[in-house]
Amino acid sequence: MQTDTKSRIEQIASPAGQAVTVLRFEGDISSASKEAVVGAYQGLSKEKVKTILLDFTKVDYINSSGIALVIQLLMEAANSGQKVGAFGLSAHFQKVFTMVGITKYAKLLPDQAAALAAL
Amino acid sequence: MSVARSTTVEVRLPSRLGFEKVAMTTAASVAKLMGFREDRIDDLKTAVAEACINAIEHGNRLNERLSVGVVMSAGVDELEVKVIDDGKGMKQRPAAPDIDRKMHGEEDPRGMGMFLIQALVDEAEWVVGANGKSSYVRLVIRLDKDQ
Repeated sequence: MQTDTKSRIEQIASPAGQAVTVLRFEGDISSASKEAVVGAYQGLSKEKVKTILLDFTKVDYINSSGIALVIQLLMEAANSGQKVGAFGLSAHFQKVFTMVGITKYAKLLPDQAAALAAL
Repeated sequence: MSVARSTTVEVRLPSRLGFEKVAMTTAASVAKLMGFREDRIDDLKTAVAEACINAIEHGNRLNERLSVGVVMSAGVDELEVKVIDDGKGMKQRPAAPDIDRKMHGEEDPRGMGMFLIQALVDEAEWVVGANGKSSYVRLVIRLDKDQ
């Protein structure tokens, strides 16, 4: 009964002209989302992709298993020298991400424009 | 619509991941009827979902022949939720996750459910059932006086 997670990769540029890869998620993020979260990230080139934004705008439900997948993504990105930010989280999930310490490794911004401006 | 004193709502879930959302949305509906603010309802939803996931995964070990009981008791100014499984219960209290240790691979990235439960509700209690069965977690959220 778990809702599928969809992820889509988009290449955009920041106002300063910096190349940014956006992983846009849709659906629930739970234990069933490994391929959509970690798998999608692992499909990116570690040499070419240096800045990544995670878009949670269309995500309604994230549980602790889903948060663990986000931490795994952040861990692999940190080991590859990539910078990661996130946007589109509800106020509640911003609070939850902050409680578990994710903000130490990824900035949380309200929307894409704010995230690009913060790069 | 108001909730009468000591109104009880019960849900029985199969031990299958995903069904925690049924308990989560039911608890949210009861809390809304009681007049809880949206941010407190969001806290409750996450806490109930995590309690049910623990019951499904660890208590009932994903055995679909076992079910998870969720009993919501709405009082005058508080909502109590009991999530009951057939496991032996949790004896250890939840530790706060250490993000640095997780990021360095020294701690399992998972294992944050109990911490979130305790952090998001006003009261959380893990009770070991008699004879090693019917263990439960009991959550309470209280209405603020300004609500």
